[in-house]
Amino acid sequence: MAIHASELNSAAVEVEGISKRFGEAVQPHRLMPWRKAKKPKLALDQVSMHVESGRITGILGANGSGKSTLIRILATLLTPDAGRASVFGSDVVRHPAQVRRHINRVSVEASFFKEMSPWENMLYAARLYGSGGDGTRDRVEAMLERLGLPLDTLDKPMKQLSRGQQQKVAIARSFLTSPSLLLMDEPTTGLDPRSKREVQELVRSIRRDRAATVLLCTHDLQEAEVLCDRVVVIDQGRVLAEGTPSDLIRAHAAPSGSLEDAFMRLTGKRLEEDEEEKEE
Amino acid sequence: MTGNVLRWEMNAFVGFIERQKNLYRRYWAWEAVWLLYNLVSVLSIGYLAAGLSTLGIERSKANLQQQTELYLLIGALLWTYLSMVFFEVSFAITWERWEGTIEYTFMAPIKRLTHLLGMCAASLIYGVLRAAIIGLAVVALFRLDLLRANWLTALVLFAAATLPLLGLGIFTSILPLLSPEKGEQMAFAVQGVLLLISGVYYPISVLPWPLRLVGIVSPLTYTLDGVRQALLHGLTLAAALPDIGILLLMGVVLVPASVWCFGRAEVRAKRLGLLKRSG
Repeated sequence: MAIHASELNSAAVEVEGISKRFGEAVQPHRLMPWRKAKKPKLALDQVSMHVESGRITGILGANGSGKSTLIRILATLLTPDAGRASVFGSDVVRHPAQVRRHINRVSVEASFFKEMSPWENMLYAARLYGSGGDGTRDRVEAMLERLGLPLDTLDKPMKQLSRGQQQKVAIARSFLTSPSLLLMDEPTTGLDPRSKREVQELVRSIRRDRAATVLLCTHDLQEAEVLCDRVVVIDQGRVLAEGTPSDLIRAHAAPSGSLEDAFMRLTGKRLEEDEEEKEE
Repeated sequence: MTGNVLRWEMNAFVGFIERQKNLYRRYWAWEAVWLLYNLVSVLSIGYLAAGLSTLGIERSKANLQQQTELYLLIGALLWTYLSMVFFEVSFAITWERWEGTIEYTFMAPIKRLTHLLGMCAASLIYGVLRAAIIGLAVVALFRLDLLRANWLTALVLFAAATLPLLGLGIFTSILPLLSPEKGEQMAFAVQGVLLLISGVYYPISVLPWPLRLVGIVSPLTYTLDGVRQALLHGLTLAAALPDIGILLLMGVVLVPASVWCFGRAEVRAKRLGLLKRSG
């Protein structure tokens, strides 16, 4: 769905005081001593942010920081416990159908029918987004060619494609539906360096063409520094800082630091430490 | 609904049928195994009935044996169709969760009704095709006396039964939305209960009264009973009207109620974050 001129002048995404908690508190019971005490997990805590149309905004945070929860709320797949979020002026809870017409999502795990081919998966996507008739095959072929995918992969089962190829098909599928807002949840995680570079080049081309607004969740700070117009740093469900990469570096990693230094200063730890904590 | 919206939803409806067709084709080896399993099950029931004579039924009661054979075969064949359609519809969510596509489908800008009806239509088409293949094998292997059969009545009953069956299927597909861990197993349990109480292989009059009462509210009971009466005794369409009416009434209640409940379950799943979690 193409963006309109009026949309370019407005905010693509407005988030105000969003909170989301998972799980209910469970207390040990006298009659059921085997029941373990459980604490609910606060995934998002009063998050507010603003995403401008036609820009790439990065959400930086470690695993478990709340990035994917925020993306799922914007994709109408989760409802927030408090606060409100809107996409091109439509509230994600009250008007999910309007929101869905504007968005598409590329997630870290490939959401495909693995036995079906890229073509069959893309045809299904096209049908769900109002097309799929004559000319769809040509559009799909042109898109895959642009992404550097050999055309003979088009009719092979998805499970025979490499992770990088699957991710490219996921991106091509999202382009096929021409979203005004593209939600990219760690699109380069797990990709080999070549595939990662190709995907990043593709995101760059979106920025060049101003074809869509992109919300890019990543924990790759170099990627964020190179690709994003603005970044939002999020940790333990809270927004710690936002601004252009150079603003954040200037404010938190001066005089000659990097975005990684700024991130460390803001969160008090390196991303790798979060990874290590998670593994433990 | 304006023309554009209707076109959009119709396109998605076709998309679900097309997707299922592609999936059946890609999983053809599995589908062949299930078809063989269904065929063997129906034939086993048929031969069980054919073998009753060896258990002491006199030759003079050959007609009774043939009636029994037909009675059981009709039950087995109908159950194969009905359980398959029920299975396909009720596993719509489980399947997508297993494939990892559930969020993609739920994020699509289409009405949930279109999603569910598309799945139902694909299941019906596939169910009819598979039942037809098994039916042809039964006709080829058994000498069935269907001279008195009223095919029109059987077909109308069959069609009328589809509506409440879809309602039950949609209701059952809610279970994995409520409980990602146990919903799938609960769907199997529902299918088992339907087999027990609906008179697939015996009249429900042989059941103890509490089960008989549950059997009375199962749409499958009226379908099996009506179709048997039509094929064995030539039940006329006029005489079948009460059963057809009951089935349609059940469908008119069950389909909208199940779609509404599905919507509520979806809202709950989004609130609790259950959409993604796999069991």
